Amino acid sequence: MESHVSDKTRTWLGVVSIPIIIYTLIPILWILSLSLKSTATLADGKFIPHEISWDNYRLILTGDARGLFLPALANSVVVCLVATFISVVLAMFAAYAIARLEFPGKKLILTTALAVSIFPVISLVTPLYNLWRTIHLFDTQIGLIIPYLSLTLPLAIWTLAAFFKQIPWEMEQAAQVDGATAWQAFRKVIVPLASPGVFTTAIITFFTAWNDFVFAISLTSERARTVPAALAFFTGASQFQQPTGAIAAAAVIVTIPVVILVLLFQRRIVSGLTSGAVKG
Amino acid sequence: MTTLVDGSAPQTRSERPGHVQLSDRAKAERILGWKLAGPAFVIMLAVTAYPILNAVWLSLYSYRLTDPSARKFIFLNNYVVVLTDGLWWGAVLNTVIITVFTVVVELVVGMALAMIMNKIVIPRRTLRTVVLIPYAIITVVSAFAWRFAFAVDTGFINHWMHTLTFGAFSETYDWFGGHWSAIFAICISEIWKTTPFMSLLLLAGLAQVDSSLEEAAQVDGATFWQRLFKVVLPNMKAAIMVALLFRTLDAFRIFDAVFVMTGGSQDTSSVSLVAYNQTISRVEVGMGSAVSVLLFLAVLGISALFVKGFKVDLSQVKGE
Repeated sequence: MESHVSDKTRTWLGVVSIPIIIYTLIPILWILSLSLKSTATLADGKFIPHEISWDNYRLILTGDARGLFLPALANSVVVCLVATFISVVLAMFAAYAIARLEFPGKKLILTTALAVSIFPVISLVTPLYNLWRTIHLFDTQIGLIIPYLSLTLPLAIWTLAAFFKQIPWEMEQAAQVDGATAWQAFRKVIVPLASPGVFTTAIITFFTAWNDFVFAISLTSERARTVPAALAFFTGASQFQQPTGAIAAAAVIVTIPVVILVLLFQRRIVSGLTSGAVKG
Repeated sequence: MTTLVDGSAPQTRSERPGHVQLSDRAKAERILGWKLAGPAFVIMLAVTAYPILNAVWLSLYSYRLTDPSARKFIFLNNYVVVLTDGLWWGAVLNTVIITVFTVVVELVVGMALAMIMNKIVIPRRTLRTVVLIPYAIITVVSAFAWRFAFAVDTGFINHWMHTLTFGAFSETYDWFGGHWSAIFAICISEIWKTTPFMSLLLLAGLAQVDSSLEEAAQVDGATFWQRLFKVVLPNMKAAIMVALLFRTLDAFRIFDAVFVMTGGSQDTSSVSLVAYNQTISRVEVGMGSAVSVLLFLAVLGISALFVKGFKVDLSQVKGE
């Protein structure tokens, strides 16, 4: 494909990509710059801080806002990891069955996953809010993990089913011919072959849970609050001070791991996002 | 891939002697299939079907959480109240405007981006990586970044507009002080965050268009636009429709950006924000449930419109 592109087009496309990259990075650079500005220079409108100040990071990591940010970070990590783990394990079994076995109801499972994923999240909030208050799951980590499954499980099933369809299944049959049971063939042959797909699915699933705001803000009040919800409730060091700097610093901290994951696994994430969506 | 699997599997089976064994095997496969997929299926139903049925039931009551003893069955009265309220229709209008505007811009920009990514050679990998970053950023963070960027005090957009228009644009313009400018700011945040995802879906569709078709058209003297509209786009219609369907449904649920950027002030509430305010802020569980059910029905309606009206082939979706 590339060979058909003339030198002129090639240069032109290279030039065009520069504004695209700038556009993509601008809001992130802006929030990074805000997080490094002192209160006095916060409103100077400059991309490069006049003088680098770590005050905002100190405020949320060791200072007064520590009690707001650190527990939220811990909640986010625990809730998202557990939800991701449960979804990926369950989806692994389901996707294997969908990709590999013949059984009635396969279509039903995929259709259900599709329907669940287009579900308006807020519609689940009202009944869950009522139910969670009655059975004391309100403001608990479990109370967030359960509804997160409605976001993560269908996504994991689709992505994994798409990956599993690309696996060379002849190897499994070879193992079965050699006397392995279906279960042994799954565990000993397919799991190692499938792990890259499983890993990618885990990253995409984790992003989705990490991004949730609706459940987090509705089903927690303090103890189980995750980072996105905590950000919305940040207050300044005093009531006369805007929390802009602190929010910017917290935003940078939760964005860094995500950017690292993207940089490391760009190719896999792209294939995971698109392989399921378009027949490949 | 699928044909290979389907072709070889029965062959292996037919080599095994005896009919009884084969049907046993098929039966075992059925049971194993449901054993493996069953738990995921049951959990998906439990976390969605149960709450929505519960919401339908709750929506028939006048029920305020702070006063449970006054709970009363009022049949469809909540729906009557919602559907005759200007607040609801204002939110519906906002949601529709935001959805249409963002999805159209995302489609056009996303398509341009996909075409560039498809042909680009030099910063190929860098571009594809950078484009993924907005997708991975938390929506709330994106909303805050754009809120700060548009703000009069901590922003840069007013300074840039001021410079670009040679001073015609006021440096103290309050984006969040007016209805349309606030909606515009919300849209920009949404577009920035989700265009890359759209472009990746379109890129996957674009990669499947047979490039020899386009070259043949080029040899025949077709212009760039003719090739785009007569050859490329019709050949990736399925991918475009699927991307559109998913983005439309996603945009229609908009909540995070509105909550963070305006909190619904200047009449910028979306439908999701109305539901949230009824249930969480005002603890009117009955009324909140009615709004939730209406939103759910709207999403069903949009899906039906795409599937029946635009003939989106959902069997194309997600690997089936």
